Amino acid sequence: MENEFVFKSPDDVMESLEGVDYISSATITTSVFLADRLKKPVLIEGPAGTGKTELAKSVAAATGSRLIRLQCYEGLDEAKALYEWNYKKQLLRIQAQNLVTDAENETWKQLEEDIFSEEFLLTRPLLEAITSEAQTVLLIDEVDRIEIETEALLLEILSDFQVSIPELGTLEAKRLPLVFLTSNNSRELSEALKRRCLFLHIDYPDMDREKNIIKRRVPDIEAALLDQIGEFVRSIRQMDLKKRPSVSESIDWARTLITLGIHTLNMEIAGDTISVLLKYQSDIETALKELSINT
Amino acid sequence: MDLITEFVTELRQYGIPVSLGESIDAHEALISELLDDRELLREALAATLIKNNSHRGAFDSLFNIYFGVKADLLSDDLIGEDDFQDEENKASGNNPSKSSKLAGGGGGSMTQEEVIEMLFNALMANQQDRLNRLAKLSVSMFAAIEPGRPVGGVYYLYRTLRNLDIEKLQAKIKNAILKQKQQTNDDNLNERFATDEATLKIEKLKKLIEDEIRQRLIEDRGKQAMAKTLKKPLLEDIDIMRASKQEMFDLQQAILPLSRKLASRLANRRRHLRQGRLNWPATIRKSMAMGGSLAEPIFRKPKISKPDVVLLADLSGSVASFARFTLQLVYALSSQFSKIRSFAFIDGIDEITSYFDLATDPMKSFYRINTEADIMWLDGHSDYGHALSEFVRKWPEAVTSKSSVLILGDARSNYHNPHTEILKQISKTSKHVYWLNPEPQAYWNSGDSIVKEYSTYCDEVLEVRTLRQLELFVDKLD
Repeated sequence: MENEFVFKSPDDVMESLEGVDYISSATITTSVFLADRLKKPVLIEGPAGTGKTELAKSVAAATGSRLIRLQCYEGLDEAKALYEWNYKKQLLRIQAQNLVTDAENETWKQLEEDIFSEEFLLTRPLLEAITSEAQTVLLIDEVDRIEIETEALLLEILSDFQVSIPELGTLEAKRLPLVFLTSNNSRELSEALKRRCLFLHIDYPDMDREKNIIKRRVPDIEAALLDQIGEFVRSIRQMDLKKRPSVSESIDWARTLITLGIHTLNMEIAGDTISVLLKYQSDIETALKELSINT
Repeated sequence: MDLITEFVTELRQYGIPVSLGESIDAHEALISELLDDRELLREALAATLIKNNSHRGAFDSLFNIYFGVKADLLSDDLIGEDDFQDEENKASGNNPSKSSKLAGGGGGSMTQEEVIEMLFNALMANQQDRLNRLAKLSVSMFAAIEPGRPVGGVYYLYRTLRNLDIEKLQAKIKNAILKQKQQTNDDNLNERFATDEATLKIEKLKKLIEDEIRQRLIEDRGKQAMAKTLKKPLLEDIDIMRASKQEMFDLQQAILPLSRKLASRLANRRRHLRQGRLNWPATIRKSMAMGGSLAEPIFRKPKISKPDVVLLADLSGSVASFARFTLQLVYALSSQFSKIRSFAFIDGIDEITSYFDLATDPMKSFYRINTEADIMWLDGHSDYGHALSEFVRKWPEAVTSKSSVLILGDARSNYHNPHTEILKQISKTSKHVYWLNPEPQAYWNSGDSIVKEYSTYCDEVLEVRTLRQLELFVDKLD
């Protein structure tokens, strides 16, 4: 098992991520840095649209690693997440044996060893991440969607970076992957899972970071308009809303305003385009009401 | 005991679960690259020790106590005991007179107006260093900290802020911002932006002053004593009946995952039969690809019957703040269960299922329930007996043999006839009856509380005053 570190320092994390247009915060860089040093998975939680999945993708891009993604859903099982035997190929192998040799040259024992070898194994994302020769980033997306019983399936790989296959033995990682799990907190994750991970809560960014992010994604935005967008979104996030605007929504809004050829905001323009930021009618009403009565 | 271990112990005393493994992780996280910077150190410890975002507030205030301005100590040596002792000695016998030295130059003979003016300039220009110094100076001049008094520091903060005339300062900053940059051509928006900016600046200043006061109190009284005075209950231990507005908001955020767990628990009870019967056609079809060997049997998916829940919630005045929480819970539950019927009662009873239209704001639903639902019959004092008898009379079909009945209320029926025979009947028909009572168990059966009479017909009666207790109830269901 090789144990080289991917990042030199927290600053190195920040700069590398910035190189692929991901603007991080001290919280984020520290967690990524620790994940690399302590070789522990990172459990990322936070509101939707704050760049949880994006972080894993960016780390992969910044380090030139391969990204292996396991999208979780209700009903995900071992055969989809870890590995599966390739029954069809095994059967063909047995039949071919019968045709060629009439079972004289090879004993059953040999055949058994043969068909339960790695050649007949279909690797699924988790197994693939640890058997890969190159550096990988494993993203286990929306882990809160799988049932609490299925979580157990992840535990071995998260704590020991290995997968046990009864017929083959234990496969250990050739190179430790960087592992990220994301959760929308739709249910409480088990203690066992949380204990094995570093915890990172990505909240809505502060205004300066958000402006930086928008600037990266929408490079041709005017500075004055960017300032106004930043302040406007900050105002709205302080309100008591059902769903606060996410970063991706403020990026969309910035794009919308540019497309419409707008240079400065006013209430009328904001009212016309606010549906890009807020997705519930009740939220739109609340926001517009609060913005108009503030003198 | 090193400082990290001591810190972990303190976290545990707060009720934050930290396992041995996590404590070891925290020690391993003390990598040299992270020690030079207090913020990085804080994030590293948070990432290894805190696994629930609602614990972050408690973590931060404890971190400030344990790793105040002395965090640079850590970079020299791995937080040896000696260093810590040394600090203790140095800190003992400290008093406000010493702090004038901390305030650096420029202290001494300044007037109140001059300090405020300097603060204003520093805030407008965002000069962090000057702000730090001025915050120290303000505390020295105005807080008048009395050594040895066991207070949390809120009073000192108040005194300092009052002397700085903080509201006037905020208004001044706002006007200055307004004059400085006319951002948009819309007055309303400009005003709004300036207000936000000014509020933020003042919040920043308040935090600096708070940090400074806390630092001096720690020097005066030591870490442990300070941690004790600042102790606030964690989110899951907050008494729902006495929650503040902000706490209520945080509680609401925490309910949704819990209701989902509750939903899956109630559904799970019938999912134990993991696999259904063998699906012959599918098995044969699959085997065709493998030359007819029945290598992989296919099973039918087990039928997951949807849990059928009937909720009865007391919305009367005696449980008013709990009622709000109850409604939040009902709201969260109705997004998880497809077959849920909710009823609200005081002395009358009405079905409120239809008010929880998920597209609308929950607050609006609550408002409509309070104004439109017919839950009052005579005088608006709880009458469980009447509410129950009305319930079975008006909706005899609601409770079936598949239903789980949840009753939320304090069982204080104002000495009316309890009509226990009706609950008996409900309990016979339904699968389960659970009673969640927001009152402390010690008060049960005193006065007009008739928990005992009803409890005979319930599978379980539980005290649920905090999120933790609600979680316990949900966990028990398994």
